[in-house]
Amino acid sequence: MTRSVRKILPKESSDPKREISLSVNGEAVTRKVSTRLLLADFLRHELGLTGTHVGCEHGVCGCCTVTIDGATARSCLTLAVQAYGAEIRTIEGVAPAADVLHPVQQAFHECHALQCGFCTPGFIMSVVSYFEENENPDLGEDAIRDALSGNLCRCTGYQNIVKAVRRAHELMNSER
Amino acid sequence: MKPPLFDYVTPESVEEAVAARAAEEDSVLLAGGQSLLATLNFRIANPALLIDISRIPALKGIDTGADEITVRAMVRQREVELSAAVHQANPLLRDVLQKVAHTVVRNRGTLAGSIAHADAAAELPAMLLTTEGVVDVQGPSGTRTIAAGDLFKFHLTTSLAGGEMITAVRIPNLAPATGWSFKEFARRRGDYALAGICSLVTLDDAGRCTKARLSACGIASTAVRLERAEEELAGGILDENTIARAAKAARDGVTAADDSQASTAYRRHLVDTLTQRTLAAARDRAQERQAA
Repeated sequence: MTRSVRKILPKESSDPKREISLSVNGEAVTRKVSTRLLLADFLRHELGLTGTHVGCEHGVCGCCTVTIDGATARSCLTLAVQAYGAEIRTIEGVAPAADVLHPVQQAFHECHALQCGFCTPGFIMSVVSYFEENENPDLGEDAIRDALSGNLCRCTGYQNIVKAVRRAHELMNSER
Repeated sequence: MKPPLFDYVTPESVEEAVAARAAEEDSVLLAGGQSLLATLNFRIANPALLIDISRIPALKGIDTGADEITVRAMVRQREVELSAAVHQANPLLRDVLQKVAHTVVRNRGTLAGSIAHADAAAELPAMLLTTEGVVDVQGPSGTRTIAAGDLFKFHLTTSLAGGEMITAVRIPNLAPATGWSFKEFARRRGDYALAGICSLVTLDDAGRCTKARLSACGIASTAVRLERAEEELAGGILDENTIARAAKAARDGVTAADDSQASTAYRRHLVDTLTQRTLAAARDRAQERQAA
């Protein structure tokens, strides 16, 4: 049996593709992507926004959390093509300036709410969103742990992350 | 892992979606994708075509009327959970939805999608059974309505025919003098429950139970109505003894075999305890509503 070997490699993959336009951290983006490309991989590999981490790839760990039209979402459980026309915000779009931390980031830093940092972008997105959705956020232990329940941390432990949520609230109030 | 290859279309009407489904047998509907994307990533599903129904305007929005709540197929779970009008019409929904995964998942996942997915451990099918809701479906041969009791056939399997799709879920408003409760036991917050019980009880002026509806998730090959428990409650005063009898009867709803999560005996124990707790809570709420 002879086997035909292709001499010329294809210029692009033969995956079904689609052109998408969306906004990422306020910037308009248009790309042609494979229909099966996950939003997380689109952000990381097409746009170089590697702050969005990919942990479990089935919606359990929360490392890939971004916001889609203002609401948190798992970017590993979303196809890039589903984000057509949407406004995406990633961890890179959270800080107000290159050398200034968002109060939630500052609080994580102060409270030692991270060790290896792999889960941190996802936690920050969830906590930022919690404050944005609740003008008077419930800072009780139960409410904070519920707000954090979609994110897993395997090294720092949650004590300091809970502390950081309360500290972030203080920082945001002192800014006003 | 990453999803397998598939074609992808974005119909703009229900008719277009149904036609796309008819044209490709090996197709799957994509709404919020919170279950589907995980199965694609795991390569448990390998469809030729994904039909994304999120661009269909007719599938958006919630209606609350005098009798029922209509949740169209693309309404996200979080929108139902936060809706004041829905909460006013039937407060059971918020109680159940708050136990469905995490906020971040409910932001994307749809109520109709969870019901169509029909996971035996999912909360929303049990809610639909308890409230005696219905789903409106559309297919190549027109529209029809399926009662919750006729919908769930097996784990991940409904009575929808091949080319049909759910266009809306309709849930009756909470009846007068009726109390509600949903409780579940899960290892971690947001996980699928080892067992969950959804209860509705209606009382008359003498405090007798005129109607009880109980359903469970996580204990059988589908969400199940606990009819034997309901019979124990009918016409009775919901004191400790009556509730204990109903809870004992509810234990028999458990048909799931021992698995890596829990033994059958443990699930029976959970069903007993959760039934007692939900019935007491539902009874108290019914009394509060009578007093108000």
